[in-house]
Amino acid sequence: MKLVEHFKEGLNSPICLTWELTYACNLSCVHCLSSSGRRDPRELSTAECKAVIDELQRMQVFYVNIGGGEPTVRSDFWELVEYAVAHQVGVKFSTNGVKLTPERARWLAATDYVDVQISLDGATAEVNDVVRGPGSYDTAIRAMTNLRDAGFRDFKLSVVMTRQNVGQLDDFARIADEYGAQLRITRLRPSGRGADVWDELHPTAEQQLELYDWLVARGEKVLTGDSFFHLNALGSDPLPGLNLCGAGRVVCLIDPVGDVYACPFAIHQEFLAGNVRDEGGFATVWTDSELFTRLRGPQTGGTCTSCSAYDACQGGCMAAKFFTGLPLDGPDPECVKGNGERALATVGAAPRSDVDHSHRKSRKVPVSIGFGPPSRPDRACDTSPLAGLR
Amino acid sequence: MFEPDQPYRCSPRVSLRPEPFGALAYDFSTRRLSFLKTKLLVEVVRALEAQPDVHTTLDAAGVPDGERPSYLKALEGLANTGTIERRD
Repeated sequence: MKLVEHFKEGLNSPICLTWELTYACNLSCVHCLSSSGRRDPRELSTAECKAVIDELQRMQVFYVNIGGGEPTVRSDFWELVEYAVAHQVGVKFSTNGVKLTPERARWLAATDYVDVQISLDGATAEVNDVVRGPGSYDTAIRAMTNLRDAGFRDFKLSVVMTRQNVGQLDDFARIADEYGAQLRITRLRPSGRGADVWDELHPTAEQQLELYDWLVARGEKVLTGDSFFHLNALGSDPLPGLNLCGAGRVVCLIDPVGDVYACPFAIHQEFLAGNVRDEGGFATVWTDSELFTRLRGPQTGGTCTSCSAYDACQGGCMAAKFFTGLPLDGPDPECVKGNGERALATVGAAPRSDVDHSHRKSRKVPVSIGFGPPSRPDRACDTSPLAGLR
Repeated sequence: MFEPDQPYRCSPRVSLRPEPFGALAYDFSTRRLSFLKTKLLVEVVRALEAQPDVHTTLDAAGVPDGERPSYLKALEGLANTGTIERRD
């Protein structure tokens, strides 16, 4: 049996575990996949987080990808990072850079098993700030400057590819070089608030080809988190990576309140496997949950099975299908053969997650206050407390 | 250079995690993840330290003669990435 077939049946522990430590964030990026903004009062406590780390150590999860929200706004963040690396759980954390002072950058450079990933979605402030908010470009550049000056080499510069920034790929590579960073580009997903901007921000078909060619030319030098395997049907050279949807098989997400989802892009009841606070903790959820067991079973490619490209793209991304309203065994919305677009024309409303911690809009909503006698209920069985009053 | 007539060991920086196919090997210093694709190979890697050289390790683990070249090749790959290393 080939290795990838083993991966499809699931591993004893995840290879790629994302752990979002908080839904709190100083920014309000328009495409935030976790609809972050406000802290959830049920957030795991410091002690609970340490218990999760202990469990990850027992399961030999060698490293976690920590994100959020903005994880560094948790007051115990650095304490948790220290605790993890002291327990053989390496950390890579994603940040917008807000807390990366020169002093903190020096501490990071001197700490083993910690990697940093700075998010930037435009090679210019103009492009970036439209998506990530005013001032966010400068914050990221300041953080990268601090890391470079502290001698932190090969941290990651992480870019979500959008219609506005595909044309800036070479500029991103130049910025990464300038700061001694490694470039990582990932796919925009219609998850969280990403659903609101998907139609206007996801790359066009021509841009997908441009992106694919650019990646093929650079090989393994640019990291992608395996997120572009749906583009493999564009040519004969598969992009480096596993070329499979790892959700619940080799990948999962622990969210700030301890809920375990099949993947970071699938925060929805449909993909909720359990909670680390449940009896048996994370290990039991990973090993025994009904959802993960199902995802590790034989999958059907549905209508895609008969397509010549199916072996190359594997039907694409589960979350991208789900949050655009497409069936899970149907084509990816960005199917390079155009099947996604055709299918989208026939689907109804896409499901939305009820997990939403977005900052409340500052826009004032007019409230109308009614005067005069309550109107007469239109039906005798009206459940209104005013029913029956005239 | 890989020298199978010399003593080797699994790198102390590397941790092995048993999996249905064999094991995941993670190098904490390079953050590199690699795969040991059979359970017998995992056994060989773990046993290196207690044996005088690689050839003896393969014998002791009962690697069939026909598979010996592929095991030596796999071990050479692991030596190149630092998963296993020469010991004194």
